[in-house]
Amino acid sequence: MTLMQFFTQHWLGQGLVIVAQCLAVTLPLLVAVAYMTYADRKIWGMIQLRRGPNVVGPFGLLQPLADGAKLFLKETIIPSGASKVLFILAPMITFITALIAWAVVPFDDGWVIADINVGILYLFAISSLGVYGVIIAGWASNSKYAFLGALRSAAQMVSYEVSIGFVLITVLLCAGSLNLSTIVKMQDGGVWNWYFLPLFPMFIIFFISCLAETNRTPFDLPMSEAELVAGFHTEYSAMAFGLFFLGEYANMILLSGMGAVLFLGGWHPPLPFEPFTWVPGVVWFALKIALLLFVFSWTKGTVPRYRYDQLMRLGWKVFLPFSLVWVVITAAFVTYARGH
Amino acid sequence: MIIQTIAFYAFAAVTLISAFMVIAARNPVHSVLYLILAFFNSAALFLLMGAEFIAMILVIVYVGAVAVLFLFVVMMLDINLAELRQGFLKYLPIGAAVGLVLFAELMLALGAWVVAPGAKGAIAANQAALAKTSNTAAIGKVLYTDYFFLFQASGIVLLVAMIGAIVLTLRQRAGVRRQKIGDQIARTREEAVTVVKVPVGGGI
Repeated sequence: MTLMQFFTQHWLGQGLVIVAQCLAVTLPLLVAVAYMTYADRKIWGMIQLRRGPNVVGPFGLLQPLADGAKLFLKETIIPSGASKVLFILAPMITFITALIAWAVVPFDDGWVIADINVGILYLFAISSLGVYGVIIAGWASNSKYAFLGALRSAAQMVSYEVSIGFVLITVLLCAGSLNLSTIVKMQDGGVWNWYFLPLFPMFIIFFISCLAETNRTPFDLPMSEAELVAGFHTEYSAMAFGLFFLGEYANMILLSGMGAVLFLGGWHPPLPFEPFTWVPGVVWFALKIALLLFVFSWTKGTVPRYRYDQLMRLGWKVFLPFSLVWVVITAAFVTYARGH
Repeated sequence: MIIQTIAFYAFAAVTLISAFMVIAARNPVHSVLYLILAFFNSAALFLLMGAEFIAMILVIVYVGAVAVLFLFVVMMLDINLAELRQGFLKYLPIGAAVGLVLFAELMLALGAWVVAPGAKGAIAANQAALAKTSNTAAIGKVLYTDYFFLFQASGIVLLVAMIGAIVLTLRQRAGVRRQKIGDQIARTREEAVTVVKVPVGGGI
């Protein structure tokens, strides 16, 4: 048995390959999460005419590591009234759901752990699970602030999931497939073939719903510090809080990745000819994610927080009917105008 | 193959245990969480059967939406299960009898009655096409061609149920001031601001 056969045929070899693939996705992702917190704080600093983190290391580049070390070394406090098992389980759920969704994201042509037929549904299913970490945290903390934060978050995430679902339907109508690699391949050949142009209103709705799904400003009511101390993670400290924090940022990166795959042509270069095609696809994919993440931070530095009834109105009375109509329009276009 | 078998027994065992814990757990919130675990493992069983579309839909609809609302409601209610369990032994015979009747009926239905006699032919006719397409596309094809009217009818049933729920909970309260965003945006400078020259010492 050659080494090649061992890795492709023997069950132990296949298992090792899968573990290696998971590490190859997870480790860069965790580094990206750490530096996303740094980029976030730098961008807010620039918006507010401050310097941002600049003390630890050159340009403050070691700040995320210092923060991580601090969270690791602190004491994990479990409130005596808390439901202990669920209290510890909640941050794990948030963190794990943020990581396992990456299994189906295609980084480049063929660079995907599991190229499944229902990739888009898998992503949608996993991103809708994130709400459990928040609800369980709020309930298990046995604290009124945490509980209020959890209730707000549950209602908000369920509401905006509906419009995300319709947005996904428009994309898969255009692509004619639920497979993420196929969706990216359908957007081959330059920026004018990417789906954000024909589906521009849907792209905007998707992005705003992503802000609501990840509890970011202007929809950060679940953790609005002026009313609820810190919302659902009020009672968490040390690495349990750290896991919430990591999960939240990993979710932001995941939804940006989803936006890049569905609307911005995934790994394809913006222009389909030479200097652009020299750059590997995974770099283009990372750049697109970075672009969307920048808009996340930019929004946080710019807009004030919504009131709760305004948030619900936007989700149910504006986005839902609009995206529903757009699904009908897209379906009609695909059926009649494109001649399938 | 052995890995599939191990996975099947693992998922099946967890499904059964968590389904039992749904009715055995002392705390209703824990019950709902066990229910979610049961949903999850059933989805995994579907995946093992190669029905990936149904597995994903199960997770999206039941875990992602229905169970969230369950959990939402159960967390807000102050249910004391110990109190609910008071009459457990008294009602046990009736419950067991109802369960037995239902079980017998299910067995009869499974044994004697063929569900949708045309379905077998349709499934057989689609076998060749199934080998080529993914099962999502195959489900779509069968659902929207052979069972289109049933599909529409179930849609209408759901719509009626939805309207019913809205009608039941809708109430008009007097004296509630609502924000009218359209009116706010339609305001102009002329009707919102007046510039007044105030004489010194005179006031308005």
